Amino acid sequence: MTEAAFSQPDRARSDAVNARIAMLQGWLRSMAIGALGLGILGALWALGGWYIAQSPGMFAFAQLAPVPTLERLWDMAQRGEIWDMSAPSLNRVGWGLGIAILVGVPMGILIGRLAWLRDLSNAPFQLLRMISPLSWMPIAIMAFATWDAAIIFLIFVASVWPIMFATAAGVKRIDPAWLKVSRNLGANPVHMLVYVILPAIAQDIMTGIRLALGIAWVVLVPAEYLGVSSGLGFAINDARDSLDYARLGATVLVIGVIGYALDSLCLLAIKRFSWLRSDT
Amino acid sequence: MNAISSFVQARPLDGILTLARSLSGHHDDPRRDAKAERNATGAHVQIEGLQHRYKGAAANCLDKLEFKVTPGQIVALVGRSGCGKSTLLHLIGGLMQPSAGGVYIDGNRVKSACPRWVVMFQAPSLFPWMTVAQNAALGLRFAGRKAEIAKRIPPLLELVGLTAFADRNVQDLSGGQQQRVALARSLATQPELLLLDEPFSALDAFTRRALQQDVRRIAKELGLTVVLVTHDITEAAIMADRALVMAPDPGRIVTDTLLDPGPERHRDNPQFEAERARLATLFEATA
Repeated sequence: MTEAAFSQPDRARSDAVNARIAMLQGWLRSMAIGALGLGILGALWALGGWYIAQSPGMFAFAQLAPVPTLERLWDMAQRGEIWDMSAPSLNRVGWGLGIAILVGVPMGILIGRLAWLRDLSNAPFQLLRMISPLSWMPIAIMAFATWDAAIIFLIFVASVWPIMFATAAGVKRIDPAWLKVSRNLGANPVHMLVYVILPAIAQDIMTGIRLALGIAWVVLVPAEYLGVSSGLGFAINDARDSLDYARLGATVLVIGVIGYALDSLCLLAIKRFSWLRSDT
Repeated sequence: MNAISSFVQARPLDGILTLARSLSGHHDDPRRDAKAERNATGAHVQIEGLQHRYKGAAANCLDKLEFKVTPGQIVALVGRSGCGKSTLLHLIGGLMQPSAGGVYIDGNRVKSACPRWVVMFQAPSLFPWMTVAQNAALGLRFAGRKAEIAKRIPPLLELVGLTAFADRNVQDLSGGQQQRVALARSLATQPELLLLDEPFSALDAFTRRALQQDVRRIAKELGLTVVLVTHDITEAAIMADRALVMAPDPGRIVTDTLLDPGPERHRDNPQFEAERARLATLFEATA
């Protein structure tokens, strides 16, 4: 064997090591930039807190500054209050989003597959979609026996549209050749759904769910201002009424952190379901 | 294709039955073997008074076609674009229904697609979320024959030379390798009839020639009846036992000729070249 033959695999190995190092560097860099972004946000928050404390008219709100808020957050975390206020909210969002998935995904598949249904439903669905979910509030209160059910309905109304439209768009993009090949290989409609359509659009469905979750999380807090005596929205209202601004700030922070975490989970799921190769 | 030639050379005498048995993975069950043997004989195809007109079209795109394909024969449908040869293939495969007349496979009228006759298209159209082995096993899965997957897919992948790629995602493969997966996918359900719709036209010349030779060899070893649609005279001469030349407006068969290019189907061979030239002349004169 010649020297060149030996050096070939060595070079391939060192290329692989270099690629891994470059990946690690890229990851560290984006982590550092992300931390910097959070740092800037924290600095602005501290600046705001300092300004409020200085202003004679706003002195009462000084507890919204980072230090009192974080102290209260630590206190709440130790007493298990964070979980107590978050669990009912997560439960409501889970139900609303779950029902929206159960309705939105099949409906989206039908709309994507059937041109006549698409034409029939387009105008009414676009009209309904543009109505703010919160404007259904009075109707929801009248229509449902419990406050919980009304809130779940509002979350459903907010989240069903992105799921349905993302699913339909994914179905429309399915390569017709996949369906032709499956039919040719003897697939029945259930096979088509399980082995072709759902894997092909899994990423689109997850993208729709991610958008829906973002909207649902935003709608949740004002929806929980209604009647209920649990959840993050109630906690915000309650803190305001009892003039406990450190608690208000801590609750706001909890809402942001949970929302961010849920969105990151969705992003992970999107990556997991994506079959498209990104060239590395 | 070393894998195929070694596979074939290892079983030189009773190639058809042994290969079909080894692909079926059942050596003990006599009913299985009988079925494999029947499959291995290839389908008899009969086209009777076949006509087709697309919705809204003024004239027939296919007019009064009559021909038979004997079991194990490889027939090339040769014609220029728009002569209706792909339409004819889709009608044979049951992917469309003719306006008049009928297609009969082993005496039964074709009414729909069926795993016993499969179409291979120009694009492999593999599912990019699956591995090579999963793609190849799709037909068995759809037919409810999941139990056979573990036994039948490995020898099939060996047959098409992709054993090393079984667990790779199909997006990692070249165009020629993807078309080999599509071939394995088509063969997994032990079809009696393989319908090829210009399956190599998207490949580079070198890969195309290799696959043409391989598919002919595999079809002959399995005893499959093959109907091949092509506009490439050389492809027809390399692959087919018989050529049907089609002319357009309306689509009809103008020449039906047996091909005898000799044992070496290669352009360096004078006998092959002469046969290819004869087919080209026939094509120019009639199509």
